[in-house]
Amino acid sequence: MDYTELSRRYAGKRLLRSEILIDDPLFEHLLNTYYFSPKPAIQKKWSHYQCQRCGNQKQSLFGEIPCCDCKRTHLYCRKCIETGRVMECLSLYEWAGPEPDWPSLPNACTWTGELTQSQQKAADRIIQAIQSREKELLTWAVCGSGKTEMLFPGITEALKIGKRICIATPRTDVVRELLPRLREAFSGVYIQGLYGGSLEKDGTAQLIIATTHQLLRFKHAFDVMIIDEVDAFPFTHDPTLSFAAVRAKKEVSTTIYLTATPRQEHQTRMAKQKLPHVFVPKRFHGHPLPVPAFRMSYALKKDLQKSYPPKAFFKWFASREISTRQLLIFVPTIKLAKRITEKLSAILTDHTMTAVHSTDHDREEKIRQFRNKQFQILVTTTILERGVTFPSVDVTVFDAGHPVFDEAALVQIAGRAGRSPEDPTGEVVFFHDGKTEAMVQAVRAIIKMNKRGGFR
Amino acid sequence: MNCLWCDADIVPDTSWRNIILVSKPKNLCPSCTDQLTVLQGKRCVKCSRLSEKEMCPDCMHWERSLSQEDPLTWNYSVFSYNEAMKEMITRWKYRGDYCLGKAFEMEYRKAFKRNFSFLPKEAVAVPIPLSEERMHERGFNQSKMLASFLPLKRKDILTRIHGEKQSKKTRRQRVTAVNPFQMKGSINNPVILADDIYTTGTTLRHAATALKKHGCPAVYALTLIRG
Repeated sequence: MDYTELSRRYAGKRLLRSEILIDDPLFEHLLNTYYFSPKPAIQKKWSHYQCQRCGNQKQSLFGEIPCCDCKRTHLYCRKCIETGRVMECLSLYEWAGPEPDWPSLPNACTWTGELTQSQQKAADRIIQAIQSREKELLTWAVCGSGKTEMLFPGITEALKIGKRICIATPRTDVVRELLPRLREAFSGVYIQGLYGGSLEKDGTAQLIIATTHQLLRFKHAFDVMIIDEVDAFPFTHDPTLSFAAVRAKKEVSTTIYLTATPRQEHQTRMAKQKLPHVFVPKRFHGHPLPVPAFRMSYALKKDLQKSYPPKAFFKWFASREISTRQLLIFVPTIKLAKRITEKLSAILTDHTMTAVHSTDHDREEKIRQFRNKQFQILVTTTILERGVTFPSVDVTVFDAGHPVFDEAALVQIAGRAGRSPEDPTGEVVFFHDGKTEAMVQAVRAIIKMNKRGGFR
Repeated sequence: MNCLWCDADIVPDTSWRNIILVSKPKNLCPSCTDQLTVLQGKRCVKCSRLSEKEMCPDCMHWERSLSQEDPLTWNYSVFSYNEAMKEMITRWKYRGDYCLGKAFEMEYRKAFKRNFSFLPKEAVAVPIPLSEERMHERGFNQSKMLASFLPLKRKDILTRIHGEKQSKKTRRQRVTAVNPFQMKGSINNPVILADDIYTTGTTLRHAATALKKHGCPAVYALTLIRG
């Protein structure tokens, strides 16, 4: 029997029987010959239970179900139910046969662009980390510094020495945006994108881009794990995702974190020299980050209650420097996004606008249309705070003091402006009714990063 | 207690009412409860759809097209089918999150008490069955769970022959489908059919036809959602 195909498909995974597409007799045989090893799906750990797929230990996220297969009432995991139900009476299967051989692909990179000096420095550091199998490396690169391009040399190197690579990102949008760019940059390499609703599901490629949720099906699979936006929601809020990311990499592996706004935990570890890092202080076009301006609007809460944009906004809007720029408006809640768009389009009748939010099914399409300049104004919740690029926009935040806008979010939001070399600046305005710590810290962080980039 | 949908902690408010009458713990947090809409206002007497008229056009059509008397006396639905409900149903039914069904228990039982108190004591609840294949796939029957919420005796007297999922069929295919239900025995009590969703009413009428053929005097339906 040819095990190469099977090992390619199933090595480095931890799957339910229903996710293994092998018919019963062959599977029985593989099980009896120890090519697959079963592990209990839910295990008791001291006094509490743990789901062996997602690591969930929270008892409120275990349910009881009268099972029609084993005729007993037993536990199932409610935490990872979207990826298929894990039940106490089931097993998770790991491939125990021969390890797959990932081929060495020399000169896989077909990207012909050039890196800037600071990008090159980071790229070299990443290569070094991969070659010498360093455990961790944090790449701190400001918004718009061209993080994706910086990865290309590292990925090229990893493919050359026959390693398996995963780029994990918390958001589906980012997977969809990265996939075509990587396929273009590595046109001879088979690359898969895994996200909820993706067409390719089997995860057999040497180079994989996946949402962190999809990593739940992997175990000890990757030599190089690149975690994009490591500071982002939901990565920092959901222990499952870091659990999945840690388990998906091999025991000897290199993890590369990418972030523009490292969280306190990483900052502390960097300061203590416990976490090696490389800093990219300049945007790829060599201009500084736009610094947000604060606009006080005393009646902000009152205006927003009636779904009116703050008064100060109209004043600013009439007098902004370049009125041909498109405008991004960030609002704290989905409800407000919808309502304010209605009100605003009634007031600014000569401007076209639309709203996007996380539960919007036409989100992708609307973002594409905005990029094609079919709309002048886009009202959004924090979903567009990172990972998206519009060439020439001004950015405003309504109610910047709202708790959803923490320091990292505000830095990211400010980073949406001035992304293209043709228009490297852009206005960023925070409308507020009282400065918050997050707002002040965000501006301080931006100024500090500009300083490190050699700007005054 | 944690919310069955969003897993947030549910903090019961402290009031005299809560202290004196120990209230039942809630399964959904207030903000998730708000996302569901309980059907209110004028509705079709037959199918529970919101309608200004006494009977909606669809039901008028049923009345006219059926050669004999409608086997289903009437249906009562609790919730409307909005986006939030759609998501909940997907996770409950298709992903198989059994416990999530308990989120509907209180409202479902309340609807029973308000609308079916006229029924005699010997009335029974009959869940719409799943075919064996589907049962194996999901691991539980959502209708059976709903039926068990009712303070009635439950009788699993129907069986179902495997076919295409209702939700995958067009309206026309549904309305003209052959009756997939068979009876395990005969019955002479009035019946409340329990099901999760009333869309065209075909499934419930098929079940009602089978029941009536085997001696059932009257068939009503209590469904969670009016699709």
